[in-house]
Amino acid sequence: MRVDLRDIHKSFGPVRANDGISLSIPAGTIQGVLGENGAGKSTLMKILSGYQRADRGEIWLDGRPAHIASPQDTGRYGIGMLHQDPLDVPPMRVLDNFLLGRDGGLRPQRRAARLALTELAARFGFDLDPEAYVEALTVGQRQQLELVRLLWLGARVLILDEPTTGISALQKEALFASLRRLSEEGRTIIFVSHKLEEVESLCHRVAVLRRGRLVGEAAPPYETDRLVEMMFGRAVSLGSRLEATSGAPVLELDNVVIEDRRMTVGPVSLYAARQEIIGLAGMEGSGQQLVLRACAGLIRPVHGRIRLDGAPMLGHSYHAFLRRGVGFMPAARLEEGLIPGLDLTEHFALTGESRGLLLQRQAAQRRAEEQIDSFKIKGTPSSPVEALSGGNQQRTLLALLRENLSLLLLEHPTRGLDIESVVWIWEKLKERCRQGTAIIFVSSDLDEILHYSDRIHVFFGGRVSPSLPARSTTVEELGQLIGGKGWPAPRGAEAPAARAPAGQGSPR
Amino acid sequence: MKAPRAVSGAGLRLVAVGLALLFTTIVLVISGAPPLEAYRQILVGSLGSFKKVTDVLVAWVPLVLATSGLLVTFAGGLWNIGIEGQITLGAIFATGALRAALDAGTAPAPAIAGAVVAGIVGGALWALLAGLLKVYGGVNEIFGGLGLNFVAVSLTLWLIFGPWKRPGVGSMSGTEPFPDFLSLPALEGYRLSPWGLVVAILGFAVIFFLLQGTTFGLRLKAVGKNARAAFLLGVPTTRHMLAAFLLCGGLGGAAGAIQVTAVYHRLIPSISSGYGYLGLMVAMLVNFQPLWMPLLAFFFAALNIGSIQLPIVLRLDSSLAGVLQGALVLFVLAMEGVRQRWRRTPAPGGEA
Repeated sequence: MRVDLRDIHKSFGPVRANDGISLSIPAGTIQGVLGENGAGKSTLMKILSGYQRADRGEIWLDGRPAHIASPQDTGRYGIGMLHQDPLDVPPMRVLDNFLLGRDGGLRPQRRAARLALTELAARFGFDLDPEAYVEALTVGQRQQLELVRLLWLGARVLILDEPTTGISALQKEALFASLRRLSEEGRTIIFVSHKLEEVESLCHRVAVLRRGRLVGEAAPPYETDRLVEMMFGRAVSLGSRLEATSGAPVLELDNVVIEDRRMTVGPVSLYAARQEIIGLAGMEGSGQQLVLRACAGLIRPVHGRIRLDGAPMLGHSYHAFLRRGVGFMPAARLEEGLIPGLDLTEHFALTGESRGLLLQRQAAQRRAEEQIDSFKIKGTPSSPVEALSGGNQQRTLLALLRENLSLLLLEHPTRGLDIESVVWIWEKLKERCRQGTAIIFVSSDLDEILHYSDRIHVFFGGRVSPSLPARSTTVEELGQLIGGKGWPAPRGAEAPAARAPAGQGSPR
Repeated sequence: MKAPRAVSGAGLRLVAVGLALLFTTIVLVISGAPPLEAYRQILVGSLGSFKKVTDVLVAWVPLVLATSGLLVTFAGGLWNIGIEGQITLGAIFATGALRAALDAGTAPAPAIAGAVVAGIVGGALWALLAGLLKVYGGVNEIFGGLGLNFVAVSLTLWLIFGPWKRPGVGSMSGTEPFPDFLSLPALEGYRLSPWGLVVAILGFAVIFFLLQGTTFGLRLKAVGKNARAAFLLGVPTTRHMLAAFLLCGGLGGAAGAIQVTAVYHRLIPSISSGYGYLGLMVAMLVNFQPLWMPLLAFFFAALNIGSIQLPIVLRLDSSLAGVLQGALVLFVLAMEGVRQRWRRTPAPGGEA
């Protein structure tokens, strides 16, 4: 089926997630969609699959306008979406999940369904037992289940959102082979990814999005450098880096391995010295956020050592890390950072120094006024935090951080902020560095990473690069590493020596 | 921005009260009773004389104590359904303490004081159990509390028919009543004990201050509104949750102890008299504004007492009070939902 997206617009508040995107995909094509986090890929796909409605623009299918208002509609049109997190019901059997979402009258046609399931699975070489419970399957198998389910429901357009995260190499090969086969049958495949190599090897065409716009299209043979350039754009001036004089390490990670539902990260060895800024780069979900949280004591690594100012900290609670002078700023402002329902004064009272029984409301209000002034927060001491704009919530989060921290851990410190705010916030952060704080931050903005870090670690699928000096690293080099190019073979260096180059994390 | 929101909130609250009255009136009409006469009976039965008012206050005391405790758990975002069991355990501990004092021949004043303290301890321990189950066992406090309520009732029955049974044979009417000198002194000629009143007012005052004026109260509110963020901001969340359970259980236990020492003078099977569930309704209705709670609790207590004579006068079941109370809670919550929907409408389809 031919898919035409015409002038799609979608805004979330002031953020233009899709800003006039037009894209034509002929039937039988595997269309790659590339872009960094926040480029608008997911929004576009959600609009096409009915999970979100466009503010403006049209979707045409096989030359006719389609009216897509809900995921049920897309089912009727034959559009199926394979989500990053499989949308299945784990405590049920494979066959029951297969039957979900199909109108089958009162009594499900189990026999026919079982036949269809085994037939489809055999055709693609998928290993699916109809009687197995979904919770016992690997991510790859769940994905296979979802794929055959969508095909059985009659999907003629398949959207795959980052489908290779968390599946084995073998499953990836099976997936790619079946996608090629499906495209030969005339089905349209839309493959959303940030992994350059996969897109280059699989896709017939590639569209690159950046900041909500379609910035270019490419066809094989692909030039990796051009794709990287389109994805990340050219650098704008962001102010200067603070050249750190390396002192004693505040934080040391030694062969740390973190296990997550999706992936194994590490072994990673890294350190941060006083006044140093370390940037952790990589696509979202490559492991950098897990490492940052392990540095705060929020995730307990399965292996390795963590030291703060020389003291072993592995297994200590997050609050023990806080007492040692660690500060942590989460990216999810209203979910993890602030408390909706409490006003600014109450937030400052909550994080303030007063240890007494009585609430020092006046003192807290004074502190709120001072910080509102000094961080240029648009709000009053009695504004509830949920009434502030995103940028002002971000400033509030920064204002709530304690003074005299030895280590500051930041998740996307400037996401969603305009350029002046970004520069201003980094001035504040650099001021802290000059006073002796070490900063480690995660960001998907390459310019930010390159401009403010002293050293950079790149993450890809749970693997961690050795530290790269930010001064002599280019956007292209960084972009390639983030896209999974230029890494040593995963099983090459067998023994992970301390501070080994590129740890060998293997996706499960 | 704040003023109109408050106004519409109060307005909707009034609409909810009106709807609850309307609903109850319809129920009355359907059951063939004269609504106005029923309401008049409730009014007379609760406020008709000084004696009636003191009876309302007898019910008000445990209700205020339980609700004060529930304000704490609600502030911490916890649904302490287990309050009924906590009241019951308070009564059991108080009874146990009084029995021990009777055996040991303790003087009345320390015996009664000891019984109240024992009740507080008993309720707090029972609540702590629900709290530990939630924090370390992953058992939602609603289910844990509900289960513990049943256990508490069974425990009461076992005690009444087993170890603490009356000489001869156990009876549903409870354990052997304590001698008069082991009761909280009541007003001459009335059932109301001023001491119970003092305990209730004291309990409420402490909780009001705790929630409004202390660091603990603010942190607890932070935990209740967003436990994850509160934890990341450095608040020891589990400790605050457990403390909330302890406080609530302690107050519930005090209510149970008052029921034993001032009202029933013995342990009876339904010693909590549903004041825990009633308190949940009151706490939901005041919606985290504790100042109004004593007044609302008085209203609920008056409904309870006022409807006692409905069966005699109008041959209506006394559960009418429950109908009105329940309808009130439902309509207020529904109106709250309406209000939130209104506030969200300005951005149509803007769900992210």
